[in-house]
Amino acid sequence: MSHIRLTDAEDNIVDIANCRADFPALTQNVNGHPLVYLDSAASSQQPAIVIDTIAEYQRHDHANVHRGVHTLSHRATEAYEGARDRIRAFVNAASRREVVYTSGTTESINLVAQSFCRPTLKRGDKILITHLEHHSNIVPWQLVCEQTGAELLVAAIDQRGQVELDTLIAQLDENVKMLAMAHVSNALGTVLPVPDIIREARSRGIPVLLDGAQAVPHMPVDVQSLDCDFYAFSGHKMFGPTGMGILYGKEAHLEKMPPYQGGGDMILEVRFDGTTYNDLPYKFEAGTPNISGAVGLGAAVDYLQSLGMDRIAEYESELLAYLTGQLQTVDGIRLIGTAKQKASVQSFLLDDIHPHDLGTILDRQGVAVRTGHHCAMPVMDFYGIAGTARASLALYNNRQDVDALVDSLGRAKEIFSR
Amino acid sequence: MTSLAQTSDELQDLYRELILDHARSPRHFGKLPDATHTAEGINPLCGDKLKMYFRIDGDDRISDARFEGSGCAISVASASLLTDMVIGLHTDEALKYFSALVTRLAGVQPTDNDNAGDDINLGKLRALEGVREFPSRVKCATLAWHALNSAIQRKSQPATTE
Ligand SMILES: Cc1ncc(COP(=O)(O)O)c(C=O)c1O
Repeated sequence: MSHIRLTDAEDNIVDIANCRADFPALTQNVNGHPLVYLDSAASSQQPAIVIDTIAEYQRHDHANVHRGVHTLSHRATEAYEGARDRIRAFVNAASRREVVYTSGTTESINLVAQSFCRPTLKRGDKILITHLEHHSNIVPWQLVCEQTGAELLVAAIDQRGQVELDTLIAQLDENVKMLAMAHVSNALGTVLPVPDIIREARSRGIPVLLDGAQAVPHMPVDVQSLDCDFYAFSGHKMFGPTGMGILYGKEAHLEKMPPYQGGGDMILEVRFDGTTYNDLPYKFEAGTPNISGAVGLGAAVDYLQSLGMDRIAEYESELLAYLTGQLQTVDGIRLIGTAKQKASVQSFLLDDIHPHDLGTILDRQGVAVRTGHHCAMPVMDFYGIAGTARASLALYNNRQDVDALVDSLGRAKEIFSR
Repeated sequence: MTSLAQTSDELQDLYRELILDHARSPRHFGKLPDATHTAEGINPLCGDKLKMYFRIDGDDRISDARFEGSGCAISVASASLLTDMVIGLHTDEALKYFSALVTRLAGVQPTDNDNAGDDINLGKLRALEGVREFPSRVKCATLAWHALNSAIQRKSQPATTE
């Protein structure tokens, strides 16, 4: 492609936009139209390098990890642990001991609720979350509150979908034993002012868990500079495989926490009169793990780093501005989630068309969006709606995708105005 | 591969005028204070939630029907059509429509109902046939009918289409 590169910004757009070709799933037609995939917040597509790395591992290197002296077991262990090192570097954890493999964000949060909070929580204690959380950052806390008699508090949001900072800070009293919140909201795209909030929590000695499922694919994340206590994310939203996730936790916390599950791999010595647990991070990794998942996630992290998270963030923020601007030109559109700081997501309603009907009409034109409550029913209740249609962007989307979405909304209006 | 025109036709066939009309102005919408049988229909996938009310007299005849709740055009239209159709019917006849509709739309007979509806003419319900091209929407079209079945059989759990 002959292209005169004038500025860095332009470089950026050319390179990132070209990466679409790395994703085999995006080259297909759906219902007779080129696929326009705007549902990466639910699950992202995988680049060929991830698919191939997993296949290569399965073909040549698979064996169980951490057990056995034979060559394949050694190779599998290298691949599995090598991925952990790269994931550690990706989020800048201080040590590989702080990077726990889980099955996803959901398990990461449950692990913290059960192993960090449950042993010490008591009646009168509080857990603080926000109104814009995904169900997986609500229900694990409800469970641990039921188990311990602690109380779940919810920080309010405003009409734009932003956490009310002053109210939240006022809620941070000495009874709050955990503040758990999204880094980026999946339903609204709001980027929470986490550095400010963490500073406030830290000055009161309150631990903070960030649900980073929607942040990690879209922006640089540095857990040390954030200074959060825990950070949870999922492989399948960052161009890696499903069934694979990460819990980052500060070593001092992880050391003190009891194991989450018991089994093989998480022990040093097992006797009937007592068992010695393995070191970090293995203490939290009972049983044969998702080895190919870790290998695939390692490849996804390499891929993201080859593009550069700063450049991805810049590219996507421009594209999100374009998406929002184009949607606003559609007569009858109502944008849900208009925070000042946003990433990758725009929820909307069109006229009085139910989101589910909208989703079907868009799908017939090859446009994949998510419709419904996005596992964030309290957010929908806040706006007094049953659900939204949600377009979510990733590094492989471009302006043509946005234009296709807007065209297909026109078609929906036609059908419903008969 | 479907062409553009075909795509449009399928959508128009799904959102037929009768469907849009019932979705915009649902019939028998609201509570039925003297209902004898009620059931909820919930489609967790898309958040459709319908509450169906029936008054069933001693001779098993449905003398009134209402519904309330919210849902997509297909589920609301289907519930509205249902109320239109079943008022005045014997419960066995109503269940035959349920069976015939599910068989027609999903291609399989519902397992929890032995009133086979082979001999029944779907009438206005044929307006829902467009969903056959949209497998993910069959549940929307049958939700109210599953609730009808639950109400008549007096099942206490909300009906889902699972
Ligand atoms: C903000 C947020 N948190 C948590 C989750 C749960 O992730 P997973 O289902 O991968 O565990 C999601 C994904 O839907 C999400 O968007």
